[in-house]
Amino acid sequence: MTQISLQPLAAVGSSTSSGQIEDVARKNVWRFLRRITLPAAILIAWEAITASQWVSSASLPSPSAVAIAWWDWIFGPREALAWYSGTWGLYVLMSLERVASGFAIAAATGISLGVLIGWYSVVEDLCDGLINFLRAVPMTAWVPFAVFLFGIHESAAIFLIAFGSFFPIVVNVAAGARQTPRVLIRAALMLGTSPRKLLLRVVLPAALPSIFTGLRVGLGLAWVLVIVAEMLAVQGGLGYALWSAYQFSRLDLILAAIVSVGALGLASDRLISLVGRRILRWQTGTTGR
Amino acid sequence: MEIDQGAFVTVIGPSGCGKTTLLNILAGFEQPSSGGVYIEGRPINRPGADRGVVFQEYALFPWLTLRQNVEYGPRERKVPPPLRRQTVDRALGMVGLTGAENRYPHELSGGMRQRAALARVLVNDPKILLMDEPFAALDALTRGRLQQEVARVWAETRKTVFFVTHSVEEAVLLSDRVVAMSVLPGRLKADVEITLSRPRDPTSSSFNEHRRALESLLKQELASDENSVDSEESSDLKQP
Repeated sequence: MTQISLQPLAAVGSSTSSGQIEDVARKNVWRFLRRITLPAAILIAWEAITASQWVSSASLPSPSAVAIAWWDWIFGPREALAWYSGTWGLYVLMSLERVASGFAIAAATGISLGVLIGWYSVVEDLCDGLINFLRAVPMTAWVPFAVFLFGIHESAAIFLIAFGSFFPIVVNVAAGARQTPRVLIRAALMLGTSPRKLLLRVVLPAALPSIFTGLRVGLGLAWVLVIVAEMLAVQGGLGYALWSAYQFSRLDLILAAIVSVGALGLASDRLISLVGRRILRWQTGTTGR
Repeated sequence: MEIDQGAFVTVIGPSGCGKTTLLNILAGFEQPSSGGVYIEGRPINRPGADRGVVFQEYALFPWLTLRQNVEYGPRERKVPPPLRRQTVDRALGMVGLTGAENRYPHELSGGMRQRAALARVLVNDPKILLMDEPFAALDALTRGRLQQEVARVWAETRKTVFFVTHSVEEAVLLSDRVVAMSVLPGRLKADVEITLSRPRDPTSSSFNEHRRALESLLKQELASDENSVDSEESSDLKQP
């Protein structure tokens, strides 16, 4: 892996012929190399430590052993003897589905209530205290409650995810809506917008940057909560696999599950910030960097 | 105080004299604590598209392109699309912004933003234009050019303009009538007619005579204000 990525550097480094394009390309290669240096170094050191038998392979499996177990987990035949074999795709799908439905509920309710809280002081007075109190309760404390209420069922997981990621969304959206510049409200009014429509025409778009901040934080939390819920409350999914691997003392699979969750979380974060940048392109250049 | 239809009236005065408050009352953003303001006999109680406001800070919607900003008013008033297109194009052309329509406000210079803000209200064909120190944040060169534009647009459209500024030169350059306000207690102090012929040349001697006359008048008013501050201060402190 590291050798492959070194080749483009050598190729660009040798052809120092001409042009800014190559300068930019070389800069990008350098940046890419700088980015992967630390992860690659950790992998190499890890492999070296396990290969030299400083720690026994039972207490720490080598990266290659993790990769092999992962391969089985993804592509292995589904059979009764190996509980995990070939289940990866299904589990990923299950976790994705839970995150998607929980997050969708949180986004819809969080954005609508947040805008209302930021705009109407009545709604703010009604909700602020309760929201701040509930926000202070760690989300994991709700697991027993959710299981009691919904049983070992999908809805318990979705409730936890929706409930947990609702708070960062609602708080950020409310803050954004509250900061709508008064001059924009006045501008809309003098252009003929009725006071009823201000919320939709001005407050909501003005809050968009904060909405995306909230959605990003909320999505991160949704991934935390899906793992918690799957470890404790429902069957199937990456969190379930993680917990099962622990019960079978399979550290290689635990590590494979951790990397899987990390990759999915990263991918979904990238996706949402891409969507955000697209929708917020009107403010590119107005913020730092 | 009364303003004739089609007049260009400038309100001038030091910061804090309440000229912006007066404009906000005319716009319907604020309610007067006493007294009333009427347009053609009807009292003002809320903002409306018949009074177009140009703000010092432009107040364009940053999430809309320039064209969408200008289109905002006609869209809110449900003007049918073909007519909307036509009026928006005309407004953009009037302020010289054709070609920049698809840029976002932050991609434009201050001068272009203020042109867009002007186009955005002109497109609504308001009865009155309310301009709140619209060029205060611009550099001198751009300001000069936009002042000429406003004078031209006013000559073309003959809108009633209520213009707030603290620049004597701007007041003499643009208006038919200059009203001066004083800080304490925010009262109209002087009402001067500017009879210079248009278009006005700020470098001509007659322009500078008018300017000097207005400046000395304002200085007198201001001086009398300062003298009276001591005596008025005690009573003012009780008022709020």
